Formats: sequence, C-alpha cells, structure tokens
Amino acid sequence: MSERDEQNKPNPEQDLNAQNLPGQRGEQGEEIRVQRGMFGANNGGDTTGYGGLVRSVRLPGAASRPYGGWFDEVADELEGALEEQDLLPENAIEKTVVDRGEITFHIAREHLLRVARTLRDDPALRFELCTGVSGVHYPADKGRELHAVYHLRSITHNRLIRLEVSAPDDDPHVPSLVSVYPTNDWHERETYDFFGLIFDGHPALTRIMMPDDWQGFPQRKDYPLGGIAVEYKGAQIPAPDQRRSYS
Amino acid sequence: MGLEEKLPSGFLLTTVEQAAGWVRKSSVFPATFGLACCAIEMMTTGAGRYDLARFGMEVFRGSPRQADLMIVAGRVSQKMAPVLRQVYDQMPNPKWVISMGVCASSGGMFNNYAIVQGVDHVVPVDIYLPGCPPRPEMLMDSILKLHQKIQSSKLGVNAEEAAREAEEAALKALPTIELKGLLR
Amino acid sequence: MTTQSASARETTEGTVYTVTGGDWDEVVEAAAKADDERLVVNMGPQHPSTHGVLRLILEIDGETVTEARCGIGYLHTGIEKNLEFRTWTQGTTFVTRMDYLTPFFNETAYCLAVEKLLGIEDQVPDRASIIRVMLMELNRLSSHLVAIATGGMELGATTIMIYGFRDRELILDLYELITGLRMNHAYIRPGGLAQDLPPGAVDQVREFVKTMRKNLPQYDKLATGNPIFKARMQDVGYLDLAGCMALGATGPILRSAGLPHDLRKAQPYCGYESYDFEIPTSDTCDSYGRFLIRLEEMRQSLNIVEQCLDRLEPGPVMVADKKIAWPAQLALGPDGLGNSLDHIKKIMGTSMEALIHHFKLVTEGFRVPAGQAYAAVESPKGELGAHVVSDGGTRPFRVHFRDPSFTNLQSMAAMCEGGQVADVIVAVASIDPVMGGVDR
Repeated sequence: MSERDEQNKPNPEQDLNAQNLPGQRGEQGEEIRVQRGMFGANNGGDTTGYGGLVRSVRLPGAASRPYGGWFDEVADELEGALEEQDLLPENAIEKTVVDRGEITFHIAREHLLRVARTLRDDPALRFELCTGVSGVHYPADKGRELHAVYHLRSITHNRLIRLEVSAPDDDPHVPSLVSVYPTNDWHERETYDFFGLIFDGHPALTRIMMPDDWQGFPQRKDYPLGGIAVEYKGAQIPAPDQRRSYS
Repeated sequence: MGLEEKLPSGFLLTTVEQAAGWVRKSSVFPATFGLACCAIEMMTTGAGRYDLARFGMEVFRGSPRQADLMIVAGRVSQKMAPVLRQVYDQMPNPKWVISMGVCASSGGMFNNYAIVQGVDHVVPVDIYLPGCPPRPEMLMDSILKLHQKIQSSKLGVNAEEAAREAEEAALKALPTIELKGLLR
Repeated sequence: MTTQSASARETTEGTVYTVTGGDWDEVVEAAAKADDERLVVNMGPQHPSTHGVLRLILEIDGETVTEARCGIGYLHTGIEKNLEFRTWTQGTTFVTRMDYLTPFFNETAYCLAVEKLLGIEDQVPDRASIIRVMLMELNRLSSHLVAIATGGMELGATTIMIYGFRDRELILDLYELITGLRMNHAYIRPGGLAQDLPPGAVDQVREFVKTMRKNLPQYDKLATGNPIFKARMQDVGYLDLAGCMALGATGPILRSAGLPHDLRKAQPYCGYESYDFEIPTSDTCDSYGRFLIRLEEMRQSLNIVEQCLDRLEPGPVMVADKKIAWPAQLALGPDGLGNSLDHIKKIMGTSMEALIHHFKLVTEGFRVPAGQAYAAVESPKGELGAHVVSDGGTRPFRVHFRDPSFTNLQSMAAMCEGGQVADVIVAVASIDPVMGGVDR
C-alpha cells in the first residue's frame, strides 16, 4: 500500500513541469500488466531480437488541479459536501483521475454509500441516474484486484462522472448502492455473478445470468474462456484463449 | 403408436407410409422456440413477404404439446439447455428438430463457457441449417428438405429397420478428426 | 435434512436427495387455510410471447398480480468475455449480436468508446459519421417497427404484426444493400466504416423514405384511435418519473413520463447536434404513451435520414491513420464480398511492406493505450453505454455493455404489480426488452 501511495502523491516537480495544464493526465497509475518482448507472443524462440524488452503498462494516474471544465466544480462541491458531513475528503476520495475527457473518482469502499448519497442528493451535484455497475478484474493490481465501476449521470446538469471502488481478491466486499440507486439491483447481481464481488446490503444477492448451481465466476481473468477445440479433417483449431496471442 | 405399427412389412405398410408422410408433411406445427437473432428471421419467415403459410405451417404453437417441429432458433445457453430438453420431451411423437443457425448447430462464434456447443448435445437434430442468421429463404429451404424427409419416413417394422441401419452407419462413420482431405 | 418432500440417502457420490411433490392433502389443507386464490404462475422461459427467453414468475390472486419477478439469463452468451480474446476490430462482430434488433447502435457505442481510448474522435471522417447516423436512424425505425409489431401480436392483433414486418423488410433490404447482411452487420468499425456506400444506395434510401412516409399513417389508422387497442394499453404499465429515475429506466419509458431526455440532444455524438429533430414526450406514463412516442420517433427518424442524405458528400469513410484503418479495399467477386483483386495484386505482387502491414494489422490488430472510456448512445430502448477498458494491448481488457433492455426490464415489477394478468404482457411489450441485450 505505502509504495503505491508514494506514487500517487502529488508530485510538485512534475506538476510544475506540466505547468498545471487543465485536465493534466497523471502518468503513474496502477501497474496492470508487464509486457515482455515486442509482440506479446511468448511461445517459440526470440526470432525478433526484441524478446528481452520488459515494459510495464500503467493506467492513467491521479490528476492534479485544476481538472478543467466543470470537473473542478463537481470536485469542489463533492469535497465541500463531504466536509459538511464531517468526512475528510482525502479519506473518502483516494484519488481523482482525469483522462480522455472523463473524470473518475476513486472512492474508499467504506465511504462509497455516503459519497453516492451525497452525489445524488446535493442540489449542486444531483447525479440522479446511475447507469449501473461494471466489474473489472485486474489480477496484477495487488491488493485491489476487483474494481467496481459506476457511471453516474446528472440530467439536471447534463454531466457524467465515474466512481471506481476496489476490493482485494481475498476480501471481495463492497457496499451495495441499491438503497441509493434501486436500479443497481440487477447490475450488482450481475457483477456478483461474473466477478464474485459481494455487495454488502444488497436485498437478494444471487446469481442472475448463470444457472444457480454454477461454480466460479466466469468473467474473472483467472477463469478460462471455456471454449473447446474445433476438429475437422485431421486439423485441430484451439479455442480462442488457447491460441498464440499477440497482446 | 397406432394400428400402423402392427402392420406387416410389405405393400400395405409402404402405402400407409406414403399417405401418412404426405399428411404429416403438409401440416407441420412448429413450436415457438425463438432464442436469439435467428428467432427474428424465423418470425420474418412467418410474416408477409416470405409467408410460411404457403407450406401449411404459419401457425406457431405456443404449447409444445400441440407442436411436432422444434426450430431451435439461436444460441442455446447452459441455463437454457435443460429447458429446451424439457420442451422437446413434452412434444408428442412424431417430432422433428431443425437446428437453425450456426450457434444452435455448433456453438458458432460463441466458443465459450456459456453456450452449449451444438444443440445436438441435448436433442437429436434432423436438419442443420448454417448461417448467422440464415436468410428466410434458407429456413424455407430447410423446411422443404424436412418435408421430403417426413414424406419418406418409415412406420412400424420399417421404422425399426431404418433406425437400426442408421445406428450401424453412425457407428461405422469416421469421427471428424479422422476425416482426411482438403480443409474446405 | 430430510423432509417429507425430499428424502435423503447416502451414496458413494455423496448425499442424494429425492425431491417429490408434497402430499396432496397437505396442499389442499394449506390452500383452504390461506383462504384465497393465490397462485404462483411461471411464464416462460419458452412462451408464446415474442420477447425471447424471458421467464416471468407471477404471484396472482384471482386475476390480480400481487407480485411479479423476472428470471433472466437464459440467453447469456458470454459475449463480454469472448471480446477479451479477439482484436479490437473483431469486437464489432461480437457486439453487433448483443441486442440483435439494434446492431448499429451496439457497434456505434463500442466504436465510439474505442475511438475515445485511441483519441481519434476528431479524425473520424464526416462521411463516416453521417452514414453512421443514417444507419442508426434506419435502425431505430426497424427496432420500433418490431416493438410495435410484436407488441400488437401479443395483444392478439396479427394484422399490425404483418404491417410491421412488411415495413421492416424494406429496411432490411437497405441494410443488405449497404452492408451485405440483413442482420448482425459488423459494418461500423473503430475509426469509421468497413466500406463506403455502394452505388445506388442513396437513391434507394430516398425511395424508402418516400414509401415509409406513405406507410406510417397506416399505423395511426389501424392502431392509434382503435378503441380495443386503447382499452388494452391506456393506464397499463404505469411508471412515473420518480419511478423511472429510481429504476434507471431510459428511452421511451422515461419520455412517456414527460422528461424529454435524449442523449442525442443532451450529449450529442456523431454530430447529432447539427440535425434538426424533436424529442416526442407524453405525460401519460403508460403503454399507450410509449406506443405514441415510438410512432412519433419513427417520423423524426425519417426526417434525420433525409437530412443525412442531403449532407452526404464524397470522401473517405475511415480514419487516415493506416495503423488503425483496415486495408478494406473490398470488391464483390464470384464467391461473395472479399478483398479486391487490385489490392491482392498490390500486396502479393509489388509491395512486400504492404503485405506485411496487411498481415500484421489483420492478425495482430492495433494497440490501444491503457485506460478506460465510457461511450453512450441513445438506442431505441434507451441509454446504451459501452464501458471499455484497455491494458495497452491488441485486445480489449474488459468490455461491459450497459444495455437499456436489461435496466428497463427491472421496472417490470413496478409496472405489473397490482394490475391484471392480461396486462403483464402489455407492460412487458411496452418495455420492449430484447433478451439478447438483457443477457448478452
């Protein structure tokens, strides 16, 4: 944890160099993959001579103020509203990422419910429509493998923001948002079904897509695709996840 | 099933076969078993332009008890497979199955954990119809081919004989992996 | 655990339960004690209605539905997982099969998200955007036609079903002319389109708009004022604005509650801000209002299609960046659509670099910088969002579709509970769920 915190701290030197451009995209996000070689294929010899390359792939890191556009307004309002509730914004909002014209608030999971309620009810924020949960499994992001991603839309102010919450694989618990956004009922069941992320406080967290007696959570990265090889006239074409890959 | 099952093999039985086949093929009642994209093409086939009524089968029965043809139109998921088998079991004999589209026939492009790789794992299939989705013309062609099959279906002792021969042929057939030749 | 209805015995494979029905006398006794006609009815997953493999679990008291629940997942296809093992371009082939009645919307949402990740939104040529808009609006027509046709059929009105499918065929002919396929097109690709419009397409679309203008009033004549139709649909499937917001319902359901929210106006994409059209609303909150909104949206879509045709100017339909654009010089050969002979001659005969480039781009694909993006389009059913995550590779790391059918179907319970059994079908038809989109 501490190492990543170091990385995610505001870096005055870098920020100065960037001259605090609006919407500055941080470069030091979580490492999600280490790529070896040039082309991703790892079977067969090193025919290209690039096999020794090692490169880590990182997600966009925390942005620094100003975020640009209405992002600052939303961030200010949210921080102000959280302070009013005696909640330190730094504790609730782990970091803020601005990337590709979208703002993402990484929320500490224990404060998710409070933050979501604030976002919905505060007149200056008013994110009244939640477009559901999307789970993402980052096996390489140690200690925060499972991410739940929420997109909140404000029809009043015509804005869209993203909330991201993470949970480790060995404690896959995230508070449920059904009490704030009832629409998340099925979305959370779907994310549970596919990723095994347990939404505490959900009224009936059961499988929704897979049969009730299904083993495992099929869209996690450690769950195989489950395809079978296609056999025809002596030839065998392996399932897509068994083939030589280039990524 | 009825008296025809007791008939001795010979001229009488083949005549009855022909008559029964003609009657059966002229009024096939499909069960509505639309699953995915192919179901929309199946509905299109029943609607105005393609007009399945020309072949005496525009009435899709909601209840499997009143149907004798199941057109499996679309991908069959692991969750749907038991339901599909139950619907098939509820259909009265004689009954036929068309596996419409590549997903129902072999799993198609969805070679993954969720989809049954071919509905023939669950029910016996009479006609495999390729395409993603097959055009209504293709569906009608497969239905006409099925009509031919129904017309020439056997009864009584002849049916037993045909079943035995089919099984022997299937046992002797090469598995696809041992087939030789060009991959085309 | 052994009860009367489930006896257990130990075997080498573990405990085996034999589940049987309860004793009939007990059931009768319990029913007599309950003193009502409460029944639990299962509709589906295979059923005469046309909304695919949807399972409804209804608790009914006489004719009144006291509780309604959905069972879904019978068409779960694992498309989102499959996408992770294919290149970015191949992804369109999968997403187009999600909600198979709105293929162009799925493709556009996915492609907009990928373009956002690549940072090439501004480089997509105008012609590509205009054709995208045109196809999406044609698709809105065909989707609404199916919604109205099957909705009518579920009421028992087969004529309107024949009408709907008749007009849908005309649109499918256009798709076939433009993309080569009636359904599941994979025509919209990251960066633009797979190929340009074929010769004669513009005239044919114009011709279609004329025909459709003539055909649309027939729906009004047949259904809008029809007393049976109105009696079945008015005040059925009621969901007001507060309910819509809480349940996340969008599209015609939200607009039937009086809120003119449409992403084409609110957060324009593909240049929708420059088109002239209106957002129909209604304040009845019921199935009839949704039906009227669909009819009016079809008229508006025809207007947009016409505007697209007027704007089309010759030009490229793919981004200029050859690292992204597929070498899509396609031509119709004797064995169907394929690479043009000129292109094959070039890569096989004269330019080895072009051959290498073609091979690399088609087999390996392009790389997309790490990050995530969300792109939403207004599909005929509501907000269709694509959340796409890249790990910097040639394949998507995760693609999630926020399908409007999935979210809207949740409101089924709110619409049906307290109503009549016969109204359940009407309410579900007015939601217009497509199970391919719900289950993905």
